[in-house]
Amino acid sequence: MSNKEQYLVRTEPFYQAQGREVILYEAAYAARLPVMLKGPTGCGKSRFVEYMAWKLGKPLITVACNEDMTASDLVGRYLLDANGTRWLDGPLTTAARMGAICYLDEIVEARQDTTVVIHPLTDHRRTLPLDKKGELIEAHPDFQLVISYTPGYQSLMKDLKQSTKQRFTAFDFDYPEAALETQIVAQESGLDAATAATLIKIAQTARNLKGHGLDEGISTRLVVYAATLIKRGVPPQDACRMAMVRPITDDADIRATLDHAVDASFA
Amino acid sequence: MVTGVRQVPDARGRSYAHPQVQAAWQALDCGFAAVADVFEECMNAALASFSKPQLDAYLEAARVIGKLGRGPEPLLAFLEEWPTVAAAASGDQEPLLPQVMGTIRVMQKSPNSKAITPFLQTLAAVARRLQSAEQIEVYLDIALNLMARTTGSIHGHHTTFPSPGLPHFLEQAPRLLSLLSTAGLRNWTDYGIRNYANHPERQIDYFSLQSADSHAVLQRERHGTLFADVERKLDLYLRALWRDAEQLVPYSTAFDELRKPIPYFDKLGMRVPDVFDDVQGPRGAIGGLERYRAVLAHMAGHRRWSSSIIADNYSPFQRMAVEFFEDCRIETLLIREYPGLRRIFLALHPLPGEAECDPETTSCLRHRLAMLSYALLDPQHPYTNPQLLEFTARFHETLGEGTSSTREMADLALSYVARTRRQSDQFAKVHFDNTVIDYRDDNRHLWQYIEDSDDEEFFDDPVKQNKKPAEVLSLPPRRYPEWDYQSQTYRPDWASVYEALHPSGNAADIDRLLEKHAALARHLKRLLDLLKPQDKVRIRYQEEGSDLDLDIAISSLIDYKCGVAPDPRINMSHRTDGRSIDVLLLLDLSESLNGQVGGQVGQKVGAGGTAGQTILELSQEAVSLLAWAIDCLGDAYAIAGFRSNTRHEVRYQHIKGFSERWDDTVKARLAAMEAGWSTRMGAALRHAGHYLAARPAEKKILLLLPDGEPADIDVTEPGHLRSDARKAVEELAAKGVTTFCLSLDPNADEYVRDIFGKRWRVLDRIERLPETLPSLYMELTR
Repeated sequence: MSNKEQYLVRTEPFYQAQGREVILYEAAYAARLPVMLKGPTGCGKSRFVEYMAWKLGKPLITVACNEDMTASDLVGRYLLDANGTRWLDGPLTTAARMGAICYLDEIVEARQDTTVVIHPLTDHRRTLPLDKKGELIEAHPDFQLVISYTPGYQSLMKDLKQSTKQRFTAFDFDYPEAALETQIVAQESGLDAATAATLIKIAQTARNLKGHGLDEGISTRLVVYAATLIKRGVPPQDACRMAMVRPITDDADIRATLDHAVDASFA
Repeated sequence: MVTGVRQVPDARGRSYAHPQVQAAWQALDCGFAAVADVFEECMNAALASFSKPQLDAYLEAARVIGKLGRGPEPLLAFLEEWPTVAAAASGDQEPLLPQVMGTIRVMQKSPNSKAITPFLQTLAAVARRLQSAEQIEVYLDIALNLMARTTGSIHGHHTTFPSPGLPHFLEQAPRLLSLLSTAGLRNWTDYGIRNYANHPERQIDYFSLQSADSHAVLQRERHGTLFADVERKLDLYLRALWRDAEQLVPYSTAFDELRKPIPYFDKLGMRVPDVFDDVQGPRGAIGGLERYRAVLAHMAGHRRWSSSIIADNYSPFQRMAVEFFEDCRIETLLIREYPGLRRIFLALHPLPGEAECDPETTSCLRHRLAMLSYALLDPQHPYTNPQLLEFTARFHETLGEGTSSTREMADLALSYVARTRRQSDQFAKVHFDNTVIDYRDDNRHLWQYIEDSDDEEFFDDPVKQNKKPAEVLSLPPRRYPEWDYQSQTYRPDWASVYEALHPSGNAADIDRLLEKHAALARHLKRLLDLLKPQDKVRIRYQEEGSDLDLDIAISSLIDYKCGVAPDPRINMSHRTDGRSIDVLLLLDLSESLNGQVGGQVGQKVGAGGTAGQTILELSQEAVSLLAWAIDCLGDAYAIAGFRSNTRHEVRYQHIKGFSERWDDTVKARLAAMEAGWSTRMGAALRHAGHYLAARPAEKKILLLLPDGEPADIDVTEPGHLRSDARKAVEELAAKGVTTFCLSLDPNADEYVRDIFGKRWRVLDRIERLPETLPSLYMELTR
């Protein structure tokens, strides 16, 4: 089935386990329990799913959720063509038919009424009713639903309903501790460990400001960007400003503080 | 002897040994004995620094000043100070002397001749601050300008009263210039002239730096990096780099001349100076912000790594040494954490020369410790003293790779003091130059005292200690700035707003008013129902949407089959339509509200209003009706009234709060509305705005109901309160609050446009207010 082929993860993604999450995930998949990944942006949630899909050898369908997304964007909709209307499966339906891991990234971004459509897939029923089409899809035995979710993100309005939350097993992700994060950055970018450690230290100064003008600290992803730039010969101070400070804030005071931290860290 | 004339001994006959001095004395032609006493010294100084033509000009100027008829003081001041002035403005003193003499002449010709003495007395200190002839000219210009604008006259022809502020200004000039640039000085004097030109006592208070706003404006104009400007940056710095959330408290450096306070921290927060100037050192330029950061980093280091030790067993010298060693330990650890800090610390650290202090005559311990401190921080230090080198090595050895401890530093410090002690350390003359490290705190946290000090006695009044603060009966005033359009600056803390609950009346009155307008209310009710939020709204004709809109899809399909171009917008989507509006109704309760609604008595007008009603009653009706309408709509709203009696008493009366219900309590307050005093609009707008700005709604509306132009009895300039109100509206707009004005003054066109831009309406027929106000509100929020 060529359709299935295109969703397979072919090469092994680099993933550094922080704890026992790989084993636990495998156990959850064995029982086909839905999984929720919580944690700040850029801490490795998506990478983890990709890695697990590769490890389990299952196709992975990723949907980036957004505010304008409606239930039909997930489930599917009728389109018009020359012969009248034609049904087109949405990604969730495709995954349920095919037996893929369906990964809904940043689920809170979608409106709450949208997220309700996943409910029947996540309990013992494992079915997806297509009410517009009058069809009830039985999920493929290999199908699993994974959602990611950044708690306390944006506004109080954007939180998951209890009825949604309580359908998932959950993993709590956070930025790894300094030594491990240094190792990850060094591995991803090929940078030496000492410089990587300095970058992590700068990232941590920003993480101290979370809730004091910053919604989120500098993520591991941005640190990897900075490390990649340095590896390519960009001076460290410039790389840090460009990849780590400028993206996260428009606030002049915070920028000045973080710039100072960059200068103070590289003597 | 002539009656009334005091006999003054003439000193013209005084003779001097030096022929040149003698000749100069003849040229001066002066009879004051006090001058004669010091003349020789002055001449010696002048002879040493002046060329012949300069000397002649100097003597000629002195002769003129001596003949002003102002006694010996101006002459004394000039003779003593001028060589310093000339030296400070070195190179170009030629143009300066005529300038100064010109200034003196102008003063002499005006009633301000008494100011000549303070002018000459402080000129030298001013010149030392300003260091250039152009700058001194600017200073003269500021002084003359102040004089011209504050010298009073009775009939407008001749100036007859001296400027009250000028002598005080001249006395304060050196101190002012130590804090302000000349541009800042000009702004500061302008402020005083503008606000106190007609008030001699206040003017004196202002220019002698006695009054609060004098200090406030001074603080605003200071040069350097002001704490207030960088406070947030520093907070963030402390939090981000040092994980410390301690409160920062500034202390003033402007008014302590003798003891300069230094940073410290205690239970109540970290104290830092209110301003830091940039430093242009030989080892790099450091900006004010960086200096603040150095101070905070140092204190944060103490908080992280220092522990306190018992002070009682140490001598003062030992304590000082312990502090130096401990400070260096902290800084070494800080630099280890953030290597970039070394540059800042070293640039701010003094680098005393090894031979600067003479141990035979002076106590050199401070000097030795300062050198040691530098050596501990900078591996490339220039010192060669073997003891210093030995202790530098021991320090680094003790510290090793770990953090060591305050205890170990104390031991090291004690052995250092013991090894390097000299007899001269006990001398009273202490070498201070180049040893003060101003980013370090006073280390009070380092010491723990078991016994109270022996050399002080404490007389704490037990009654005073047990006194409880008086119970608060009313809210304290909130102070708001006022915009001064002439200088384009804010007058700091200018208007005091007192907020209080509006007194209550009889709630039934309001119900009766509502009944009177029952017909109007029914009409409004129909409109209101249309406005009520309908939660889900369908958006049709969408190319992309959540659902197929079948009607349109079918017609498109028909078009398609017929070979006509189909409409591609066949989808529909939904949006939720919620009203999120907070409104604050601000009523002007000034005296003019007591006026009658103009027009013929007895004539039936409007929707139930009759001529002969006061505007107040009419407003009451309108507000009640509006309140009822908004209540029906379910929007959150508040009602408040304001009036003012000079800037010191702006009353803001709370009638209804956002969370209060539209019930009898509120109606009772509304019923008791009464009018009086004036309209200080800006302060009331700012106060109302600060409530609205804190509301969560998407749309915030401030609906203002004034009945006349902003005015108050302490303001004579016509445009001032108007421009302040406009500024207040702009401030509110910046906070996301929309201000709308419904003016009850039929002649308001000319000023409401100035203040409110496009958001205003003037009510031509005030009788129609009860129906206009609710419908206006509905239009606004539709």
